[in-house]
Amino acid sequence: MRTDDLILALAAGAEPVNVRAARWRYLTGLGAATVVALLLVTYWMGVRPDFLDGLDLPMFWFKELFCAALVVAGLLAMVRLARPGIRLAWAPALIAAPLLAMWAAGILELLATEPDDRLPLLLGVSWSECPYNIVVLALPVFVVAIGLLRRMAPTRLRLAGAAAGFTSGAVGALVYSLHCPELAATFLGVWYALGMLIPTVVGALIGPRLLRW
Amino acid sequence: MSATEDRLRDLMVRGQDGDEAAYLQFLRESSPLLRGFLRKRLVRLPDEVEDLVQETLIAVHNQRHTYDAGQPLTAWLHAIVRYKLVDMFRRRARTDAYNEPLDDSIDLLSGSDDAAAEARRDVGKLLATLPDRQRLPIVHVKLEGLTVVETAQRTGMSESAVKIGIHRGMKALAAAIRKSGTGP
Repeated sequence: MRTDDLILALAAGAEPVNVRAARWRYLTGLGAATVVALLLVTYWMGVRPDFLDGLDLPMFWFKELFCAALVVAGLLAMVRLARPGIRLAWAPALIAAPLLAMWAAGILELLATEPDDRLPLLLGVSWSECPYNIVVLALPVFVVAIGLLRRMAPTRLRLAGAAAGFTSGAVGALVYSLHCPELAATFLGVWYALGMLIPTVVGALIGPRLLRW
Repeated sequence: MSATEDRLRDLMVRGQDGDEAAYLQFLRESSPLLRGFLRKRLVRLPDEVEDLVQETLIAVHNQRHTYDAGQPLTAWLHAIVRYKLVDMFRRRARTDAYNEPLDDSIDLLSGSDDAAAEARRDVGKLLATLPDRQRLPIVHVKLEGLTVVETAQRTGMSESAVKIGIHRGMKALAAAIRKSGTGP
């Protein structure tokens, strides 16, 4: 087929396309996946009984802000990577900022702690289950995010997969905080970050395969 | 340069709204830009150029919902053609790995002018491999110029099935092009 004929064929009967549909799909798809994660944490892991007592603690809000900021940053990176020709711009800095803030808080916390108490601070009571639980709670958003990207046109597949994975990890961490009793910055900076890193790496690994177009 | 940007952007936005003539004009004015871009980068693979122009046009068509009127159109177009170029190199690298002994001689042949004039991949033939529910709507609407309603009557499909057939068929065609491979 000659290129001129192909062009005629492509234009013939070309339907209008809905540019805003993508935004709607992000909203409903990721929203529904987050609800599934909330149901998982509520009915499977259980919201911790003293959850409401924590609302007075500044560290609780720092933790929630940390997770929420990473959700927003990851989402912005993913949405930008989903369309051809859009630069990441400040998205990486937005992802780095909350992590750096948490690590700085963790270092200050460690410095203010007696050497013998530092390891318990790092391990908390739940270090061994924390990253695993975050990964499980990230799954619904992970699947939906990859599905959404497949309907878009990412040109940097590894990065787009990583952004989808990271976003799902951040949502998983945010949702997991309903169950998790830990409040130490040292703990959050290591184990929460690890929980988010795992889906990020998985996303980067499968991105080139699943997101090709 | 910015006159081209403004003009193409305007045509594309109208095309997204369903203005077929504007969209046709958009494709007509984009293809020389794509061809020029690819020709410069494929000096040693001249017979890949037209295949890749066609593949990129189909990609532009299938992904036109991802263009946001707030971004520069040329940046969008450039990202797509670059992606298709890199994708083609990746495919070739994979094929070349299996065909190493033949590589040199074929390199020599494809350098000649006759080889460059040959059309290597026929999109029409790939179209013929699609299932009827995708192929017939594309043939009637896109090649014969029938309306969706006429196509529905002729094929006995519902109108929405015709539209879905076109949509999925175009995606399947892009996938078939990817699989048909390039290289020796």
